[in-house]
Amino acid sequence: MSKVKLTVNGKAVSADVEDRTLLVHLLRDHLGLTGTHIGCDTSQCGACIVHIDGRAVKSCTTLVGQADGANVTTIEGISKGDALHPMQEAFRDNHGLQCGYCTPGMIMSAIDIVHRYQGNLDETTVRHELEGNICRCTGYHNIVKSVLDAAGRMKVAAAAE
Amino acid sequence: MSEGIGARVVRKEDKRFITGKGKYTDDVRLHGMTYASFVRSPHAHAKIKSINVDAAMAMPGVVDVLTGQQLVDDKIGNLICGWMIHSKDGTPMKMGAWPAMAPEVVRFVGNAVAVVIAETRNQARDAAEAVEVVYEELPVAADIRAAIAPGAPQLHPEAPGNVIYDWTIGDEAATNEAFTKAANVVAMDIVNSRLSPNAMEPRSAVAEYDSAEEHFTLYTTSQNPHVARLVLSAFYNIAAENKLRVIAPDVGGGFGSKIFIYPEEMVALWASKRTGRPVKWTCDRTEAFLTDAHGRDHLTKAEMAFDKDNKIIGLRVKTHANLGAYMSLFSSSVPTYLYATLLSGQYNIPNIFAEVISVYTNTTPVDAYRGAGRPEASFVMERMMETAARQLKVDPAELRRKNFVTQFPHQTPVIMAYDIGDFGASLDAALNAIDYAGFPARKAKSKAEGKLRGIGFSCYIEACGIAPSKAVGSLGAGVGLWESCEVRVNPVGTIEILTGSHSHGQGHETTFSQLVADRLGIPTSQISIIHGDTDKVQFGMGTYGSRSGAVGMSAIVKAMEKVEAKAKKIVAHQLEASENDIVIENGEFKVTGTDKKIALPMVALAAYTGHNLPDGMEPGLKETAFYDPTNFTFPAGTYICEVEVDPGTGKTDFVNFVAADDFGRLINPMIVEGQVHGGLAQGIGQALLEHAVYDQNGQLMTASFMDYAMPRADDLPSFKLSHTTTLCPGNPLGIKGCGEAGAIGSTPAVINAITDAIGNNNLEMPASPNRVWHAIHQQQAAE
Repeated sequence: MSKVKLTVNGKAVSADVEDRTLLVHLLRDHLGLTGTHIGCDTSQCGACIVHIDGRAVKSCTTLVGQADGANVTTIEGISKGDALHPMQEAFRDNHGLQCGYCTPGMIMSAIDIVHRYQGNLDETTVRHELEGNICRCTGYHNIVKSVLDAAGRMKVAAAAE
Repeated sequence: MSEGIGARVVRKEDKRFITGKGKYTDDVRLHGMTYASFVRSPHAHAKIKSINVDAAMAMPGVVDVLTGQQLVDDKIGNLICGWMIHSKDGTPMKMGAWPAMAPEVVRFVGNAVAVVIAETRNQARDAAEAVEVVYEELPVAADIRAAIAPGAPQLHPEAPGNVIYDWTIGDEAATNEAFTKAANVVAMDIVNSRLSPNAMEPRSAVAEYDSAEEHFTLYTTSQNPHVARLVLSAFYNIAAENKLRVIAPDVGGGFGSKIFIYPEEMVALWASKRTGRPVKWTCDRTEAFLTDAHGRDHLTKAEMAFDKDNKIIGLRVKTHANLGAYMSLFSSSVPTYLYATLLSGQYNIPNIFAEVISVYTNTTPVDAYRGAGRPEASFVMERMMETAARQLKVDPAELRRKNFVTQFPHQTPVIMAYDIGDFGASLDAALNAIDYAGFPARKAKSKAEGKLRGIGFSCYIEACGIAPSKAVGSLGAGVGLWESCEVRVNPVGTIEILTGSHSHGQGHETTFSQLVADRLGIPTSQISIIHGDTDKVQFGMGTYGSRSGAVGMSAIVKAMEKVEAKAKKIVAHQLEASENDIVIENGEFKVTGTDKKIALPMVALAAYTGHNLPDGMEPGLKETAFYDPTNFTFPAGTYICEVEVDPGTGKTDFVNFVAADDFGRLINPMIVEGQVHGGLAQGIGQALLEHAVYDQNGQLMTASFMDYAMPRADDLPSFKLSHTTTLCPGNPLGIKGCGEAGAIGSTPAVINAITDAIGNNNLEMPASPNRVWHAIHQQQAAE
């Protein structure tokens, strides 16, 4: 057993967990943050993506110990009160989701993509960068639209701040 | 009305999904909950010599270890197939026993033999590793050819030669006669590859038993919770229906794979009673590959006879279908009534004869997967038509057009009566969208750049809106396929729609609300859609076969008509007018031609106070309807795919993909387009990427996303969609259904395009760069 301390969605968290505990299980089982999903167990599908210190990471293959001391953000932590994150708004407005299961990981991945490219994205780049997120419902068509739309919205939001 | 029928309303359900507040089965946590982990066979075919659970029982946190023999001892029933098919000799299909956990013989890798119930997930998995099972391996039949070979290993004593049924449809003598008169005959061997469904949410079940009430609750990943309850109760002896509540909360995709009742939810229920603790089971992805019913897997020989004018005069088809190791819930119907009845395609074919032989193999059970039989039919028909055009040296579009059904209704020789359509209109729309006239120039330009460009067509038709209960009953279905709806107008005028349809990504909360909003002229925010809980919704048949618009929404219409009729009577009474003069506009009931009106909330309140109702009228404003469809619906369209193949690498690039669909009336075009996009991705996935591969020992070689090539964003193009419309005359909304068309129509278009590009028609799916490269070089060597 190990004691870990980390920050999740801005709140300090500590837990005694088995050494083999995965970050996704800490989030889902111990913290009740069930928005982060498990889709494949092998780092392929990206349903489990969260941000660790601002970078998109697959939490189903991250041991809790690897996140000790880190700042973790999940899908539950990206909106400000009732104000949705621009990426969340873009997914809704462009019908970028159907069953919703891959959606939290898609959104967390997409935010990281927009940040890394500073919003300068085109369709080919978005499709390439989404290689680590699998969706079975949408055929990606509207997810790609959503990410491109959000990239514009996030530029505007950043300029306003 | 901006939120009514035809409006691109953003989805009501999205806020919970984009904020991480969706509630899926694995999100359910109950007090005292335990975790189940299954012990599964590593062999495709073996006798169980012994099972020793002692070491596992002694492991930390283990509550119990249960085996197949205990299931038998507790008189839990075997899994069943609910659709009876009779062979051509009149004998019923040969269904082998399928216990939820095998007591004696395992027949596929992943067949459950025992289950560990423990305090934590990890403890359950650790202990499952410690269960000692001694097997005696048996010979394996891992595919159709091995299963039907002389001396093949026998899977079930009930099915000699591993044949489940040998079924036929159509007039054999007349078809053979037509072939004697043919000017040309086109013949092909066609393989429809095996697929894994792979909904992103793995299957899950949480079962709880209340010993005081002798009552079970099951949360599960189901497309049809009422059917699950019916089957668990009537056939598996879990509990009486009134003692079993089944809840399918948010479900993360189904694609058919969550229609069926699987061993694991049965065992979870049973184990919750045995242990006195709630039991959760959630499968991991490899378990999903091993146990979720697979799709397709046909071997077909097809022959098409043409007269001298290139009119089709006959079609003969012989298909072997692989149903896996056991007969899943609707498996028998997929290669028969959902497949061979669509072998007329969009064409006027006077004579059709088809024979379907379904066989057992030592593989995962096979059942309905998006399209369920219709993709296999359209693949046969559209590969045949393209091949015929090449052989007859005519334009593939014009060969199809020449043979289109143009008069409706049209009775095919294989049961279906097409009610309406305009196949030429969708072909024209697709030809325009892809600029067919400009293709030769584009092909020449590619050639100049060292690339091979090809174009491929698919003019698909399918049958949705399943189904008229009497008709499917006569064909062997064990259930009726109507749908139900209850409309509850609350005393303050808000509305709850309780539906037997189930949404697992389709957006029913939005489209069903749009229908009601359209009828009453109220905002969708005043309407709630309730589904997926057998304690709330009286009964329903669930969502599959693109039926929720055509059947589920028709039930809503029927119930709304009753509500509106009663409300009009109340208004007419209070305003001293004739009920025939009452119209509904913008949420108000108005006496036409006057300024007299009562708003919906006041009508509802009047119904519930009962102070001033017509003599003899019951209080309240709540109505129920059961809608049984009068016919199948027939979505149809044309897909054209244009590809460019690099002869150096065999890699296929999409240049263009256009879809022109006729779905009848569209309630929300945004959602319809989303359904098509997803279907196209699955159909293209089969053509280019996906394949569930077994080795000859029955080991599944593609049991993770590392090995099974799911379509990813950079594998797919953006799609160009358009719609042509003929309204379905068979239901009140004119809806045909849109959920599966993309998967049904797209696969042959892609293969037709690649084979056109490379000049070699001999190409199996998936058309990987390796296979395409070899096909190019095989062709070059032949030349």
